[in-house]
This record gives sequence, structure tokens and C-alpha cells, in this order.
Amino acid sequence: MALLDRLSAVSEPLSRDDVAKVAGLAMLELSEEELDTFTGQLAAVLEHAKDVEALDVADVSPTHHPYPLVNVFRPDEVEVTDVREAALDAAPEAEDGQFRVPPALGEEP
Amino acid sequence: MSDTIKPAGNSTDDVGVLDADGQPISSTQLGEWSLSSDIPREETTLSGDWEMVIGLEVHAELSTNTKMFSPATNHFGGEPNTNVHPVCLGLPGTLPVVNGKAVELSIRLGLALNCTVQRCVFARKNYFYPDMPKDYQISQYDRPLNINGWLELPSGYRVRVERAHMEEDTGKSTHVGDSGRIHDAGYSLVDYNRAGVPLLEIVSHPDVRGPEEAKAYVAELQQILIATEVSDGKFEEGSLRVDANISVRPAGSSELRTRCEVKNVNSLRSLGRAIQYEAQRHVDLYESGDKPVQETRHWDEEGGRTRPGRSKEQAEDYRYFADPDLVPVDPSPEWIEEIQASLPALPRERRAALVELGATVDAAVIAVDRGLDSLAVGAIEAGADAARVLSHVANNLAVEGAASLDSDRFAELVKMETGGDLTATQAKTVLAELLVSDKSASDIAAALGFEAMDTSELEGLVDRLIADHAEEWDRFVNGDDRERGKMQGFFTGQIMKATKGQADGKVVNQILSARRG
Repeated sequence: MALLDRLSAVSEPLSRDDVAKVAGLAMLELSEEELDTFTGQLAAVLEHAKDVEALDVADVSPTHHPYPLVNVFRPDEVEVTDVREAALDAAPEAEDGQFRVPPALGEEP
Repeated sequence: MSDTIKPAGNSTDDVGVLDADGQPISSTQLGEWSLSSDIPREETTLSGDWEMVIGLEVHAELSTNTKMFSPATNHFGGEPNTNVHPVCLGLPGTLPVVNGKAVELSIRLGLALNCTVQRCVFARKNYFYPDMPKDYQISQYDRPLNINGWLELPSGYRVRVERAHMEEDTGKSTHVGDSGRIHDAGYSLVDYNRAGVPLLEIVSHPDVRGPEEAKAYVAELQQILIATEVSDGKFEEGSLRVDANISVRPAGSSELRTRCEVKNVNSLRSLGRAIQYEAQRHVDLYESGDKPVQETRHWDEEGGRTRPGRSKEQAEDYRYFADPDLVPVDPSPEWIEEIQASLPALPRERRAALVELGATVDAAVIAVDRGLDSLAVGAIEAGADAARVLSHVANNLAVEGAASLDSDRFAELVKMETGGDLTATQAKTVLAELLVSDKSASDIAAALGFEAMDTSELEGLVDRLIADHAEEWDRFVNGDDRERGKMQGFFTGQIMKATKGQADGKVVNQILSARRG
């Protein structure tokens, strides 16, 4: 969000570094070639967004969802679902009824 | 083994809050906010000419039966991963559905904090950490449910509340490693019982000026959460968690300097200590020509200090966007009014009712904290002396079941005490009995043999004691102040012994003085 705000605020074209940063945040490993490809594609998407920016939308209320629905609620009633064994069985590793995972991701070993 | 710590980052840092029309809320729209009012503020506890600037973020777990977006049980504890549902596990094909009760409770708290309740949307906060199996937490970002409220402290000072938004809690990961520290090799075990529990994040403006004020704010918020039955407010079960954003500035200035967010504060006492430590750390840095860097720090209770959280800089960018799985929440004015009408008297109003009846603010705070204010009000309205009533509330009624004591029975006891039928010690004994039996105070007093002693009976006793202890009496009459005090204690003690503590100390003193002439 912060990145996009900055881009739209200063009208800077999307850079390869920006794409590398976004890819890093999404934990995607992109090759040099892919970085070039996606920088071009994403820049085109942002350009298109700028077309919309050019319109006067003062009288248009923002759309947060394509469906014209609000307040879709569920009653506060418990549904017992016994999924523990099945979920732990499907996990790569489990121990003592818990999911066993590598040390916190993104942390130095 | 130790609880692991999430990457640093502040979910609501510098979010431009928008109102229902999508207009940004500017601070001038928050109304005239006099920080220099007549209300006494906490004196600075910092060295030199510095003051603290503190904003608080409180997370409260909501008292619902089920989770925010799934029908799994919302219950503290239990065997790991037993209160889970495919939605809590982020399994493919599952979709969140909003718990209507959680929204209702969130509006309830918003109204209790004098917020504007508005149309709002849920947003995804993206990060990779095993405590959230979806790899994002559903929260609210630029359009939260409750905005622009305030909370009044017992001192009368109002702290502005910027927002109170809905989100889901995370699971609990426990690191298993040699020294139990997160950066050691090893592995983590994850329990998703807490994942998806409905949370409210209540964010204050940086209006708080010291550790005591911060504690008062959180204590008041806790009381409001409990009174409105929005949350059980238990620190010890993690239903209430506090992060403090702390900076300092030259006293009297209005600048906002670099702040640090202190996490892992698990009690009011820790909150006070953490704030004092962190603010003084900033002062020391400035005074040595250095300055703090904006970061998340963790309070180390044993070491009595804060430590930097280790995070990659980029982890701070959560790439929020509106969650396409959820439609907006748009509470109707009728619904909001209905919830407003169902709000109980708030702690602030309950304290005011007691102060109106003659209580001091401190006594009122204690009575309301203990949930004994309606008992006290009832007893005072039944004619019992306010000071005695509140003294019992503060000193003798911090026990289980005290709130269900009948105020008329309590009032009778206090009237017997102030009427001289019972001494303070006897009254305390009768009160303890009142709580566990359904007999009246007078019946209990009679059964315990606490008859009011006739003054003439006491006089006779004093005269016999004087005759039996001529030497002590002489020292009482003719001795210096010290000697007299000692002998007064001696005679009072003898009388209490002879009457098994039933004599009224005040009356005994009067008789002794009268006999001395």
C-alpha cells in the first residue's frame, strides 16, 4: 500500500527495484528475466490505474465490493468440527497435537 | 521453550482514518481538545525538563461463543488445536463469515467509548508467519468500525480514542530450541485454538503523559470492557494485551518525536515500568547527543528493560487491501440506537453516583473496581453512613460473594456500628458472618454475644481495675505523656480482655479521662 501510494504521489514509473521489493514481501523468488517481464507488466497495470485517476469521481462513492451487499452475518453458534487429527495428519510434521514448523520464517538462524 | 515473537510492525501506524464518506479525519475535526485544562496531570517522572508522549494500543478478546469468522469455539485453554475449524486453519476452499455478535459487541464498546460508529470494511494484513495459516490476518485498516471517541479517567482527564477496530487473533507458536530464543536453530509448535478469536484493537491518541496515567487508562478501559460484557478483560489469560507507543519531548512543547512501540507488556505494573524505562532511555539518548530510532521493542520483565525486536525492515510493509471475501459492515442507525439503549451504567457514571452520595473519588474507584458500588449505594440510600459503608467496602469486603450481599442487611450492620451498638472489631466479625448466613446483623450480633455494653457497666469495671492496679493508675494520672500513653494502653487492654473485646474503645477512653479528672 505504502509503495503504491508513493508511486501515485510522485508519478514515478515503477522500477525494477520496486518489483523486487514486492516480490520479496510476497516471498517470491524471481529470476532476472522474470523481474524484467513483471516490471513491464505491472507498470502497464499502474498506467491503466492512472487512466482512472484522470476521471472526476467526486460524486462516485467508493466500491469496496462488487456485490451490493452489506452485513452478511452468521449467528454466534458453535459448530463442532473434529478436524484436528485430519489436519495434523495432512501437515508435513506434527508433534504433541501441534503443527511442527521450521524456526520462524524471515528470522536469521 | 518460550513464546515466539512476531516480526516487528505496527498494524495501525500512520493510517489515515477515513470517515463514512471516505473523507480523511483531520485532527481539527476531533473538536477542541484542551490539553491544558484544569485537571491535574501526572507530574513528569523523567530527569531534566522532559515530558512523555504516550499512545496506547489495547487488544481485547471479545466474549463471544464462537470465533470472528468461523463457528469454532472461542474458549481459552484446552488441548492444542481442538477449538479449530477449517476456516481457522486457512484450508483451501474455506470462506470467512462474520460473527454478528462480535460486531454487536464491537459497536457496544465503541459507543461506551463515545465513538462514531460507521460503515466499515475488513482488510487483509499480509505477512508470513506460522501463527496465521492464511498468511494474512483479517483486520481493518483505513475504514475501521469505531472512530473519534474518548475515555475519561477517574481524574476527569479525557484521553482521545482514535479508533477501535475489529480483527482476528493469531495462533500461538512456541519455539523449541536450546536456549528457548527465537533466533536459535530448532523448531516451533503451533496451536491454532486462539487463531480467529474476535479482537478489538483500541488505539488512543498520544494524549497520555506518564506511567500512572497510562495505567489509569488501561484500568479504566478494562473496567468498561467488563461492565459492558464485551470482554472478560483478563490480562492473565491474554484477553487483554497492551502495546505502548512512547516518545519524549521538551516539557511544554507540542512536537512529536521518534517513538518506539513497546510490546509484551502483560500487566498494569509491567506497563508502568516499561513506560518509565523506555521514556528515560529516550531522554538519556537525547541528552548524550544521540537519538532513538523508530522500532518495536519488547519488554523484558525480569531484566526490567526493553530490547529491540529483530525484524527485517521490509517486514513492516503489510500490503493491506480490502478483503474480497467479506462485504462491508454498515450498521443501521436503528441497530446502533438499540445497542446504545442496552448499555449498562459505565464505571464513570457509577463512580459519579457514589461521589454524589458523599464518597471520595478514591473510595468510589475502589467500590466500582470491586463491583460493590450498587451495594454501597443501596446501603447509603437505606440510611447507613457513607464513610463507614465505603470503609467496609475497601477493607472488609474484598471477598467472593460480597456483591450479592443484600444492601439493607449491610445497612443495618453499619447503623448498629455508628449507633454504638457494635465496636469496629465486632462489626467486622458480624459482617463476615452476614456474607455466609441469611440472618440479620442484629441476630448475628446477639448470637455472638455482642451486646452493647452499658456505659455504667463499663464504669464499674474501670473502677474495679483502678482499685486492683493502684500503681499503674498512679502512673497514668501523674506520669509524663509517654508513661500516660503506656498506661492508657494497659487499662484499655485489661478492659478489652475482661469484656472479650466487646467494649467500645472510644467509650473506654472517655471513662478513663473522666476518672483521671
